[in-house]
Amino acid sequence: MQELIIRAKELLECGEVARVLGWRKGEHVYDPEPAFFQSADALENFVYNGFCGANLSKYMIEASKLEGKTLVFLKPCDTYSFNQLLAEHRIDREKAYIIGVGCKGKLKIENIGADGILDIEGADYPDCGEELNVKTLYGDVKVAYKDAMLERCHVCKGKEHRIFDEKIGESVDTLDAERFAEVERIEKMSPEEKFAYFQAELSKCIRCNACRNVCPACSCRKCVFDSTKFDSAQKANATTFEEKMFHIIRAFHVAGRCTDCGECSRVCPQGIPLHLFNRKFIKDMNELYGDYQAGVDVDAKAPLVCFSQEDAEPGALTERG
Amino acid sequence: MQRIGVFVCHCGSNIAATVDVEKVAQMALREQGVVHAEDYPYMCSEAGQSRIAAAIKEKGLTGIVVCSCSPRMHEATFRKCAETAGINPYMVEIANIREHCSWIHKDMTEATEKAVILMRAAVAKVHLNAPLQAGESKVTKRALVIGGGIAGIQTALDIAEAGYKVDIVEKTPSIGGRMSQLDKTFPTLDCSACILTPKMVEAAAHENITIHTYSEVEKVSGFVGNFTVDIRKKARYVDIAKCTGCGVCQEKCPSKKTPNEFNRGLNTRSAIYTPFAQAIPNVPVIDTEACIKFKTGKCGVCQKVCQAGAIDYTQKDEIITEQYGAIVVATGFDTIKLDKYGEYAYGQSKDVITSLELERVMNAAGPTKGHLERLSDGKHPKEIVFIQCVGSRCSDDRGKPYCSKICCMYTAKHAMLIRDKYPDVNVTVFYIDVRTPGKNFDEFYRRAVEEYGVNYIKGQVGKVIPQADGSLLVQGVDLLDQKQILKKADMVVLATAIEPNPDVRKIATMLTASIDTNNFLTEAHPKLRPVESPTAGVFLSGVCQGPKDIPETVAQAGAAAVKVIGLLAKDKLKTNPCTAQADELMCNGCSQCANVCPYGAISYEMKLINDHGIREERRIAVVNSALCQGCGACTVTCPSGAMDLKGFSNRQLLAEVDAICR
Amino acid sequence: MSVNKEDFRPVIVAFCCNWCSYAGADLAGSSRLAYPADVKIIRVPCSCRVNPMFILRAFEKGADGVILCGCHPGDCHYSTGNYYARRRMTMLFSMLDFIGVENGRTRVEWVSAAEGVKFSETMNSFVEKIRSLGPNVRLGDIRCKN
Repeated sequence: MQELIIRAKELLECGEVARVLGWRKGEHVYDPEPAFFQSADALENFVYNGFCGANLSKYMIEASKLEGKTLVFLKPCDTYSFNQLLAEHRIDREKAYIIGVGCKGKLKIENIGADGILDIEGADYPDCGEELNVKTLYGDVKVAYKDAMLERCHVCKGKEHRIFDEKIGESVDTLDAERFAEVERIEKMSPEEKFAYFQAELSKCIRCNACRNVCPACSCRKCVFDSTKFDSAQKANATTFEEKMFHIIRAFHVAGRCTDCGECSRVCPQGIPLHLFNRKFIKDMNELYGDYQAGVDVDAKAPLVCFSQEDAEPGALTERG
Repeated sequence: MQRIGVFVCHCGSNIAATVDVEKVAQMALREQGVVHAEDYPYMCSEAGQSRIAAAIKEKGLTGIVVCSCSPRMHEATFRKCAETAGINPYMVEIANIREHCSWIHKDMTEATEKAVILMRAAVAKVHLNAPLQAGESKVTKRALVIGGGIAGIQTALDIAEAGYKVDIVEKTPSIGGRMSQLDKTFPTLDCSACILTPKMVEAAAHENITIHTYSEVEKVSGFVGNFTVDIRKKARYVDIAKCTGCGVCQEKCPSKKTPNEFNRGLNTRSAIYTPFAQAIPNVPVIDTEACIKFKTGKCGVCQKVCQAGAIDYTQKDEIITEQYGAIVVATGFDTIKLDKYGEYAYGQSKDVITSLELERVMNAAGPTKGHLERLSDGKHPKEIVFIQCVGSRCSDDRGKPYCSKICCMYTAKHAMLIRDKYPDVNVTVFYIDVRTPGKNFDEFYRRAVEEYGVNYIKGQVGKVIPQADGSLLVQGVDLLDQKQILKKADMVVLATAIEPNPDVRKIATMLTASIDTNNFLTEAHPKLRPVESPTAGVFLSGVCQGPKDIPETVAQAGAAAVKVIGLLAKDKLKTNPCTAQADELMCNGCSQCANVCPYGAISYEMKLINDHGIREERRIAVVNSALCQGCGACTVTCPSGAMDLKGFSNRQLLAEVDAICR
Repeated sequence: MSVNKEDFRPVIVAFCCNWCSYAGADLAGSSRLAYPADVKIIRVPCSCRVNPMFILRAFEKGADGVILCGCHPGDCHYSTGNYYARRRMTMLFSMLDFIGVENGRTRVEWVSAAEGVKFSETMNSFVEKIRSLGPNVRLGDIRCKN
């Protein structure tokens, strides 16, 4: 972390960048938040630890409108989102100085808490990535690092940064699960079971819009749900359409553009596995239209904006069972 | 708030027998905004229309719903009626209660209920209709024809004869195309050059035709009526104005080892060359890759011998920019490469040739001066085997899935010509099917069999094996006799599949004309608009659209010309007002929409946007309404809903959905 | 909801492209080829104009089935629209299936302007399917777990 701060200070002082986009210490070790740092002094609050899961790419949309370059720290998987936004002309490459930071998998405090560990004060960010030392009020506890990781890290896209100006730190490929296993598990359910599962999950939604706000693909200047063009902006005369269809429509809008960064599920206060919607689309598109990973190639055309004359008919997937 | 009038047509008894039209009109009055409703026996009649006009004036109607037959039938009628009565024609919506209701339902209650719902949906839509204005754009009265083969020449001649200027852009040094390479033509066996050359001369001499040979289309922008095209005129290194076409330079040129493209590489040519004797223009070009002067700086023989002083080694490619109202693609075809067909020993033996190569062999100006001889040893062949469908009607990826259409006929022609000139030569043809649908075609084929004794065998050839004695062993199968055939041959001729000119994909991309998986250009409608591309102002002539023979090509060339003339005859074009439009405040500038636009109608601009007091430069999608045809593909691709379609807006369609599901 | 299957009159929305399927429906009409009155047609310029939101909206507002008809692949008036529609609808249908909305409530059918018979047969079989599925309650209830 010190290395990142030193380099950031250097870049600020030599005038290469005008500000730094990174993570700021929170109240606890496990709640750092994205922040802009305007000066070298401000960097004393900079932090980079295992809880810095937040993907900073989306903040570059606003940063691209500012004078001068912004230094942004991107983990390997964050660079996919950055590339995707670049492909969509939402950010200006010239306005970004990218330091690719090492990542050994990011942690989810709820996963640690789920083990019955209470009053957590801190956690090491070990080099080995094997064991996590959790500091609590009652002394240190060891937790298997893998058990504390975010869901997305179990399906890690690899340790390669897709775009960067320089790299600091080592990354580890933390892939240890089948990416589509959960989607497949649900696909095998009966319609009744599927419906029961999603009804239960979606009924938890409090429509806080955290998923939308954090999603790098949900970066429309004006969300369709806030627009009058679809008559879905019934904030006053509240139709049920938006309430019920929000997540399905959202998944559709990001289909082909979603890099599967998993931020939606990470930030959902209700713990809804929202990434499953996106991942279902990704799985279908891979199967039907060939493997495609958004954010790898800035010039690639996403599956839903191209076609083949031999494409499957719409009934194909469902008829297959 | 709209003031809407609903007009329910009885259509005699066509509607009224099954739908309670009075009830529909009554129910209409209960709808919000409906201030007038009536039913009438024939709304489309003059009397019916005048009732609509009267109601518009008396009740101050702003929107009209006509419950009647299909909008495909009378939408235009009622729009015109509304316009005459002083309201915008696009404020009219039709509820189709005849084809979609009264004609298919028997129960009056059911049909009436449905008619009411269809009426409601139309009323809901009209509430959100906005006046639309069809735009106008001017027409540049000049056409461009890409490709100078028989298709391009014929199209250009027909357009020029109608009095319009037309330019031909031809990639090679001369116009003439494939037809100039043919020896004789079926089914009349007249000499190809004899019928083509006069047309070439006519095109070159026509006051309305400008020919750019050795030139390529580099860039196309604009839209129907207003294309801007950059044409690269490649350096010939010979001044067209000075050259007299005497040919001395070609005679004296010391570099004579370049494969002669015109003769399909069967002999060689000089570095400075005209492709063939009747070339137009009769001005050579210097092939810089073969020219000693260009390669080593030493030589300059052609310059020394040129009496006219036409040789200019310093010439550079020139790019000219021209304006056109219409563009015709006539890029033609080539034969496919045979590298995946090793079994036929093409490339292995000089005596296995393609049919197009045989054309050159048979031609008096060809590599053998028209004598039928084996290219390996110059001997006169005694046995010739023709193999049909080489790469045509092919189910794997080695060849093409389609029938090349011309091969059955030219093979019959070759067989007949050979048997006629050399009765001592035996000719065998292996075929899958013989396809001869065309005027005098089957008679022609039968003559080959019956009069000329050509031996047709239904079956395919598995292998051609070159023998030590220089002959070829053909292994085939006779499907009718169910037996293997081993045949010794002196020459094998492959009826090689044709494919669109490989450059056509590049050209189609420039024109945003669509192209199918076989690289044939797509028609606007396969039956009803076969010479138009779906891209307005782009027309198709010849094999670029699909395999065809010379008469069909000439017919299509004429048809394309007529379409061009029809377009150029107009001073201004009315544009479809139901086009897409991006809401500047909502557009992300993400480029998703341009990806799916089949017309290249969407571009992006940096625009200063005032978004509720925040002023910033933003990347915004801009739709060229002259190009947009209003399909709406972009509207669904747009994640924010910034892109919408006039006349079929998101709100309008949702209002219809809501009205039906209510 | 307990509705007798015989009494159940489904609400069915059919989006038809202007150039092929709407004309096919017209031909079904002029050929007097009957299909149930439950089907209500909305005219769109092209199948690619149909936003998945329209279909979800229809379900949410009480439709029991939604069918989209367009030109046959390769015959689109706008040359490529139905190819995009096909991919979008494939995705949408798969998602509806994923969340447990019964198969068969949505359908895509390619109907040309000449296929009046196919249009009528398609609508008959679709209505029959929807009647056998009964009223659509699932999408309306997707967020209503007690």
